[in-house]
Amino acid sequence: MLILNCPYCGVDAEESELSAGGEAHLKRFGPGSSEDEFHDYLFMRENPKGVHFERWRHSNGCGKWFHAARCTQTLEVFGTYSAQTTEPPKELKDAITAKRPGWTWREYE
Amino acid sequence: MSEPISALNHARYDGIAKVRECGLQGMITLRGDLSDKVLAKAVKDATGQKMPGQREALVDGESGVCWMSTDELLVLVPYAEVEAKLAALTNALSGTHALAVNVSDARAVFSISGSNAREVLGKLAPVELSVEAFQPGQIRRSRLAQVAGAFWMDDAETFRVVCFRSAADYVFKLLKAAAQPGSEVGVY
Repeated sequence: MLILNCPYCGVDAEESELSAGGEAHLKRFGPGSSEDEFHDYLFMRENPKGVHFERWRHSNGCGKWFHAARCTQTLEVFGTYSAQTTEPPKELKDAITAKRPGWTWREYE
Repeated sequence: MSEPISALNHARYDGIAKVRECGLQGMITLRGDLSDKVLAKAVKDATGQKMPGQREALVDGESGVCWMSTDELLVLVPYAEVEAKLAALTNALSGTHALAVNVSDARAVFSISGSNAREVLGKLAPVELSVEAFQPGQIRRSRLAQVAGAFWMDDAETFRVVCFRSAADYVFKLLKAAAQPGSEVGVY
């Protein structure tokens, strides 16, 4: 059972109280972008064994979207953070580095 | 005008805890910047309560205010006063970026009381309901089996549960099943 702490209402919410929102920090390529960029934006997703960043929504709760960093291999949750950001906070990245030295995820490391 | 009645019109069930449909309750959903002084004053004028902090429920009888999210409050007022209170709120917030809506008839309210009240609710919601974790003054929005619901405690043995009116029958049946005689688990 996955348990994530909602950064907005502060509760440790069980998976059944949440909705998964897919990969985090997608950059949108809309009108004016090339077909390749649009294709990659629509279809190409990370599928890591290890550190992963996702969007979740506390749908049966405060209703807010937030981000979560977790390990797809061990289901360890490294932390959750606000949705009002375009990249993971530095403290969280440092905490992940302490546990998984040398991790990378897209452009982050 | 026809007389308003609540979803289940005071349905009741006595099992290991007493389950009651509470009848009509005035409810106003208020969204806005909760740190705004104008909004805090409007809430105080409507309910007599201060601005609740994170997950706080400041409820006294049929009046009160509950924290629903970082920008949303549930304002409780007696059903008969809801239109007047809403008008006063809207007037007080006219210069503020905020929205108040009367949702009284879109909701159903239940009370669960008795020494096994925690058990009954604990069977239905994925929430830590031990005495240390959940106390009067707190509100929790969660789910009751398959539908959304919120609850808080009026006193040490009484919960008040709010759900959508369309799910009222489902929630009442859930609570009845969870309160069946002989179904005590004994975890709390």
